Amino acid sequence: MAGPSTDPRAPTVGTPPPSRRGTEAALLAFAVLITVVAQCIVDLTITGALRSELALFGVWFSALWAVAHLVVRRWASYADPLLLPAVALLSGLGLAVIHRLDLAAEQVNSTVTREDAPVQLVWATLGVLFFVAVLVIVRDHRTLSRYAYTLALIGMALLALPALLPASISEVNGAKIWIRLAGFSIQPGEFAKICLVVFFAAYLVDKRDVLALASRRVMGLELPRGRDLGPVLLAWVLSILVLVFERDLGSSLLLFGIFVVMLYVATERSSWLLIGVGLFAGGALIAYQIFGHVQQRVDTWLDPFAYQDDAGYQLVQSLFGLGTGGLFGAGLGGGRPDQVPIAKSDFIASAIGEELGLFGLVAVIIVYLVLVERGLRTSLVVRDAFGKLLSAGLAFAVAWQVFVVLGGVTGLLPLTGLTTPFVAYGGSSLVANFVLVALLVRISDAARRPATPQAAPPPRLGDAPTEVVTP
Amino acid sequence: MNAPLRRVAISVLVLFTLLIVNVNYIQVVRSESLRENTRNTRVLVDEYARERGSIVVAGNEIAVSAPTDDGLKYLRQYPEGGLYAAVTGYYSLIYNTAGIERAEDDVLSGDDPRLFVRRLADLFTGRDPAGGDVVLTLDPAVQAAAMAGLEGVTGAVVALDPSTGAILGMGSTPTYDPNLLSSHEPAAIREYAEQLEAAEPDPRTNQAIRENYPPGSIFKVIVSAAALEDGYTPQTVVPAPAEFPLPNSSRVIPNFNGSSCSPTGEQPLIDSLTISCNTAFAQLGLELGEDRVREMAEAFGLDGEKRAIPLEVVDSHVGDIVDAAALAQTSIGQRDVRVTPLQAAMIAAAVANDGSIMAPYLVDQVRAPDLTVLDRTRPDEFRRAVSADVAAQLTEMMVSVVEKGSGRRAQIEGVRVAGKTGTAQTTDAPDHNWFIGFAPADDPKIAVAVFVANGGGTGGDVSAPIARDVLQAYLEGQEG
Repeated sequence: MAGPSTDPRAPTVGTPPPSRRGTEAALLAFAVLITVVAQCIVDLTITGALRSELALFGVWFSALWAVAHLVVRRWASYADPLLLPAVALLSGLGLAVIHRLDLAAEQVNSTVTREDAPVQLVWATLGVLFFVAVLVIVRDHRTLSRYAYTLALIGMALLALPALLPASISEVNGAKIWIRLAGFSIQPGEFAKICLVVFFAAYLVDKRDVLALASRRVMGLELPRGRDLGPVLLAWVLSILVLVFERDLGSSLLLFGIFVVMLYVATERSSWLLIGVGLFAGGALIAYQIFGHVQQRVDTWLDPFAYQDDAGYQLVQSLFGLGTGGLFGAGLGGGRPDQVPIAKSDFIASAIGEELGLFGLVAVIIVYLVLVERGLRTSLVVRDAFGKLLSAGLAFAVAWQVFVVLGGVTGLLPLTGLTTPFVAYGGSSLVANFVLVALLVRISDAARRPATPQAAPPPRLGDAPTEVVTP
Repeated sequence: MNAPLRRVAISVLVLFTLLIVNVNYIQVVRSESLRENTRNTRVLVDEYARERGSIVVAGNEIAVSAPTDDGLKYLRQYPEGGLYAAVTGYYSLIYNTAGIERAEDDVLSGDDPRLFVRRLADLFTGRDPAGGDVVLTLDPAVQAAAMAGLEGVTGAVVALDPSTGAILGMGSTPTYDPNLLSSHEPAAIREYAEQLEAAEPDPRTNQAIRENYPPGSIFKVIVSAAALEDGYTPQTVVPAPAEFPLPNSSRVIPNFNGSSCSPTGEQPLIDSLTISCNTAFAQLGLELGEDRVREMAEAFGLDGEKRAIPLEVVDSHVGDIVDAAALAQTSIGQRDVRVTPLQAAMIAAAVANDGSIMAPYLVDQVRAPDLTVLDRTRPDEFRRAVSADVAAQLTEMMVSVVEKGSGRRAQIEGVRVAGKTGTAQTTDAPDHNWFIGFAPADDPKIAVAVFVANGGGTGGDVSAPIARDVLQAYLEGQEG
């Protein structure tokens, strides 16, 4: 194991490291302030008056983060202080933009049909409840590795469920990734993502030695043995199945990308990356040849303006919005982001780009970057291999999803059906991502928490077992 | 595991940098082109909040922005419906703008620099900024007569004041209702647009300037002009056989209905034009040669510089003349010659205005919202087609056409009308019918071109009566 040469959990005993909870509280207050101000601007610009519910919203939204903060204080007091504020800012901004799009329903040519912001607030509340539950129940992230295979099974089942259900329940806009029951729409894939990342982490911790060491050298590359290709092939097949049966390019790309990167981190063999990219390229090529919808996506991506009346309409409208926004944007409420179909979920980034401009959109991207890099930093610092892999997987999952979604909305990549984490409208995505952040917070707490004074001094590295576990 | 972790962290940084670079590219480099894309309705929607200027004809607003209480502040209305549609165009949320609405958009929207001082004043006085008015040269009586004459056919009428180039009438059929494209209901707009798109031809196409057609016998005016410049007179006797064998071909050019032009096989040039003798003009074209015919066509404005009126006009052209047969056919306005109805009217106007073509224009004045005139179009010579002498001789010949030839149905009691008919053959559809002319012949006030696509009759039967109504409507208005 290539762990850090010093144990970050065992600094000098006398002065415990600062927990930085104060920093977190201040940043959270700032995020809440920005959210409430954004809501006010939306109301004033569009309706010319502040609505009375705004006070309730402000109190409710502040309460959510107050609760989350207190729970972190009590159960994860050394957690990274930037994770939670980043999430608060992103989801607050998302709520403001969704509310802004709600108000556009009456405008001519609008694609908005119903009011979603209150529902999204309920989902955010549910998300915080899950966040709290995870922190309270999962006191030590390592316990999760015990349930790895159970979680894998649950993950697979969640992933496969929409494919098995009739299209009337599971299909929205061509992608079979939903479960729609009694007025609720759930995208089980969002939860499957987390279950599978936990499983990948546990599995790879188990098998990484074999995957890393048993190799042959071919043309300067450490290539794994044929029989060790099993897991990566399985992940590949799984993602291809998702692509075929659920017609969801996004989830497929997301799952496979996460797995390959975790494999690389676990084994430190870059040959896995090459194998992964090769497999993906091959799969993508075959998918392009066989499936009309993949071809259409790619063609639309290459020249959206050639299809601006049908398949490319959404992307072209998104580009129009971004272009019209320019450097500074039209201001919240000043643009017409509602002209982009599905602006609240898939294309919320183009709404942000149109109204907050290049500066606003780049700021949002940077907040994501902060979130992801703090997650990766947690992974660097935490001592146990499982925690390392899990936090790396979760952080990369966010990064990869943001890249694929924003890349799609801005024409950098073909469009996929993924949602922008925390910002976009969508209950399952929001709740699942809150769970994801709860896990990151839990691991970061373990990473930064000083070793209890009465703990024995760490053994010399040479004598240490492969994992240093303090119960 | 930390080395690959660091690499992953750096990769994430690279991926996000890619995103940021791409967003910069879209929102900065491509920003302007995306904003100005005609399919981007955002800027248009923004404009709806401003009171757009009116389009005015003879003191009446034919396009006007009326306040509404829906999400957009103003609704564009066209009180005359389809009457002026070919000129005004539309102002649509979904399909952007067309016609004068597009060509004069800067004035109407208030962005024109000539309105700058006024806009500055609005800023200080707190008035809502408003656009300027565009006053057109059109004459309501001429326009009404033109559109009435074109009722039920596909075609166009263009009427000009020959001495200034002011466009007095511009009609195109089938027409459409710009109100329905300019409403605030996207679904209804789309439905109507689809209906228009399915029609043949699309009514949104301005037949007067956006299409060109073979001119048929009206081209003989140009060939006559070339002959007169070369020393012919109206009385010069030219060969006019019953049939004209096309050089190097087994085919012949017959006369209309196979009739012979003259029992003697020859006749004065004026008579050839009067009865529109094909064989005489085919022969005359060969006699003059390609260069002379082409030069004269160019002198009348074909193949010339493009000049917006301010609507964009498609080219009129002589086309390739590959051999003698092609020249013979070109000389009677067939083969590859194509003219727009506007160009046809310019031919008549050139003869009417002593051989000089004035640049045609639609916008008479640009006015500020307080009705002060900001700008007025000054008539401008487009080019000289022929000398005044030749123009006088052509006038004499064209009067003969109306008085005793193929253009009799353009006669107006008490007014000498000059004109020329044209019946252009098409490959597999009924003939196109043309008439160009002007009146009064000795002091021309109005020149006109009437085009009826696939009218099936002759220019004299189908188009001349429409031209007569248009000429008469204008002259009566001038007297009163």
